[in-house]
Amino acid sequence: MPRLVSHPDEVKIVTRRFGLGAANIDRYVELGGYESAKKCLEQGPEWIINEMKASNLRGRGGAGFPTGMKWSFVPKQSAKPKYVLVNGDESEPGTCKDHLIFLHDPHAVIEGTIIAGLAIGSKLGFIYLRGEYRYLLEIMEKAVADAYAKGYLGKNIFGSDTEFQIITQSGAGAYEVGEESALMESLEGKRGVPRIKPPFPAVVGLYGGPTVINNAETIATVPHVIAMGAAAYAEVGSPRNGGTRLFGVSGHVERPGVYELPMGYNLKKIIYEVAGGVRGGRGLKAVVPGGSSTPVLLPNEIDIGMDFDQVGKAGSMLGSGGVVVIDDQTCIVEFALRTISFYQHESCGWCIPCREGTDWLKKSLTRFHAGFGSMKDIDNIQYIAENMMGRTFCPLGDAAAMPTLGFVKKFRKEFEDHLDGKPCPFAKHVDLAVV
Amino acid sequence: MSVFSPQLAARFDALVAKYPLRRSALVPMLLYAQDEVGYLSDAVLAEVAERIGITELDVRNVATYYSMLRFKPAGKYNVQVCTNISCMLRGGYEILERFQDELHIGHKGVTADGQFSLEEVECIGACCWAPAIQVNYDFHDELTPEQVPGILAGYRAKAEGKVADA
Repeated sequence: MPRLVSHPDEVKIVTRRFGLGAANIDRYVELGGYESAKKCLEQGPEWIINEMKASNLRGRGGAGFPTGMKWSFVPKQSAKPKYVLVNGDESEPGTCKDHLIFLHDPHAVIEGTIIAGLAIGSKLGFIYLRGEYRYLLEIMEKAVADAYAKGYLGKNIFGSDTEFQIITQSGAGAYEVGEESALMESLEGKRGVPRIKPPFPAVVGLYGGPTVINNAETIATVPHVIAMGAAAYAEVGSPRNGGTRLFGVSGHVERPGVYELPMGYNLKKIIYEVAGGVRGGRGLKAVVPGGSSTPVLLPNEIDIGMDFDQVGKAGSMLGSGGVVVIDDQTCIVEFALRTISFYQHESCGWCIPCREGTDWLKKSLTRFHAGFGSMKDIDNIQYIAENMMGRTFCPLGDAAAMPTLGFVKKFRKEFEDHLDGKPCPFAKHVDLAVV
Repeated sequence: MSVFSPQLAARFDALVAKYPLRRSALVPMLLYAQDEVGYLSDAVLAEVAERIGITELDVRNVATYYSMLRFKPAGKYNVQVCTNISCMLRGGYEILERFQDELHIGHKGVTADGQFSLEEVECIGACCWAPAIQVNYDFHDELTPEQVPGILAGYRAKAEGKVADA
């Protein structure tokens, strides 16, 4: 069972019911659950969307798109049915927050899905979990069945004449399916390759119908926004970044874990105070601030607030909120190689710059780390990565190129130290035999 | 002749009835069939194709995309060791090496008795409890190499029916 952590600076909104047995529907209701859905049923779509807009809630999957605005893009009238799709394909290295949400608060996901459905006028929602999360899928399936039994889902939700159904869906192993259009392809029983945009899912999505796709954390946050009121929720965060974020702190820290902190909370404090500092009193070398696809930050770049705008200004991204802390005993070339090996493995092969780029980056970095690189390789790695940027259907190409560029630009000296047959100063895993 | 058990067939029927489009059941059904049969044999692929109403080629085209789906048998207990960044930083490779030493097999290897198979896998979503592994669908978190023999012994005992749940 994943360990829960706590820190006095935490503001527990989304994690409020964690560890309290809220996977049980009666317990969830006792803790105030499903009141937000009932309220939304009374207030109607326009009110819901206005609340979401006012809350400054932004997409927790990584892109940070304002949720209320996303919902407002769905046409009111549609010849085809509209759908809500919850993205629980959580696969970005460094990210395990949705894992805890499904485990501890599955009904919050259901309630958020109902509210999204009410907002856009949809009668059917899908909750898609990555295939590896089987035990969490079973928890979700039980929660959905319980919600049907209580009449919270079905033809007449909460005794009204409004219909809303939920289907839970299992993936079968694919990072790429976390991209929204690939997710829809997978749900339609196809290979998870991305679709070209436009049209955007809000207009032409699942089965060709208008579709809202939200990350599981975003959806689980929605009932809390309604319960607190949009203004109170927005107040917790920083400007244009409402509420809290589930920061998953992993790597070389004393107390790794998922901490719920206000948006804009200082990154340096997350590492040194909340997570107890670098393990074993070692020095800090680098921080990956928001999952493996976000460019690395140096120790002198971490005195920043963790929200979408401030991390962006620092040259990286808030991404999935997965903070990976790297100590001074770690080889950055090896870390870069392990990162690109992942993207090479996960590239679906649809777009050539990504398919070829990730493969050549992996080959170059493998050779480089083994001590057979040349000065030209460093420039070449940068050249390949730069030429992948913005040239693919989906962001996987960028996700592979961005961190690589960060490593090469910020740690060029360490790359150079690997040249001319010098052994890697840190190497333990020279033969990185990644699938 | 069906290779699906009556339970799997019932699960399939319940699943396809829910979707607006029948083939939406394809990806989960392949995984559930694999759970039961052990891998996606030719017979499984043919039956899934027939039940969904698409060609076998179409099923293969989809199945080869997903990393959890396999086309030859794995061990009864498939050990999946994450070595991605968060696990790597906390000793994921040492865990993998220990499993290799204990089981005498490498990546995608299967032990001679068919009890265990080993896989190096990408991020399994347990980064804050690293290093982590999955044995079939069970997670084991915050591991040290010293715990590896005990984990294997637990599954061996489970296979012999000595304990109900490892």
